[in-house]
Amino acid sequence: MHRFANPARFLSIARPLTGWLFWPGLGLLLIGAGCGLFVTPADYLQGETVRILYIHVPAAWLGMAGWSGIAIAALMQLVWRHPLAGVAGRAIAVPGALFTALCLITGSLWGRPTWGTYWQWDGRMTSMLVLLFLYLGYIALGNASARQGQQGGGVSQVTAIFGLIGAVNIPIINRSVVWWNSLHQGPSITLRGSSIDTAILWPLGPTLLGSSLLFGAIVLMRMRAILARNKVEARMQRLARG
Amino acid sequence: MQAWTFIVAAYAVTFVGTGGVAFAAWRAMRRAEAQAEGLSKRA
Repeated sequence: MHRFANPARFLSIARPLTGWLFWPGLGLLLIGAGCGLFVTPADYLQGETVRILYIHVPAAWLGMAGWSGIAIAALMQLVWRHPLAGVAGRAIAVPGALFTALCLITGSLWGRPTWGTYWQWDGRMTSMLVLLFLYLGYIALGNASARQGQQGGGVSQVTAIFGLIGAVNIPIINRSVVWWNSLHQGPSITLRGSSIDTAILWPLGPTLLGSSLLFGAIVLMRMRAILARNKVEARMQRLARG
Repeated sequence: MQAWTFIVAAYAVTFVGTGGVAFAAWRAMRRAEAQAEGLSKRA
């Protein structure tokens, strides 16, 4: 990882990688969503509303994967002082918050026709809402540390510690439907297999992979923007000093 | 309400949100990189 500690070396890889992630990601997402909407059959119990699965599950996965990325970046910043770790953390936070919000919104829209309610204060929904608040806190702390201009566009140590501690919520979200009674269904996709019929399940693969690639492209674009702004600020400071 | 109303709403909010964040990230990147390149040329 320290091979990419040099921003110039990182950018030489990130520039071509952005397009390689973005276009296949968008294509896979559109194909998966199109097949999920128009090709797969309706569920025998839930009917047509099961089609929300193909966007709800990727949003949940990216919300949790995003915070896991923030925690790994925080660890790299605190332990190895990797110069790009804080930049990566800041770049992940906004798309991570977006996908967490999308998970909550699409879950509510799925819940109303299925359970008869948009919201219930159960373990899964509440812990996911807590994750959204954690993201908002991290974004606010990250922006404050960037305004102080001492972190090279990254985040302060306090923000990194916040990112690391917030990771406690990830296993809570994952196990919430096992630990507590919930309207939300139990784990239907595990390492041992899936309880969802393959006739309904298959478009989830393209939407999961596509949205993950798209997420990676968005993170890279945000990192490139932060690094370019750093370069401009450093140049302006040098010019001001004469 | 019909099931499709909820489905269309869920897909619409997902695509608008994802598209919006992707576009904002792309625009910020293009603007910052153009500014950095402009400064490099002037120097």
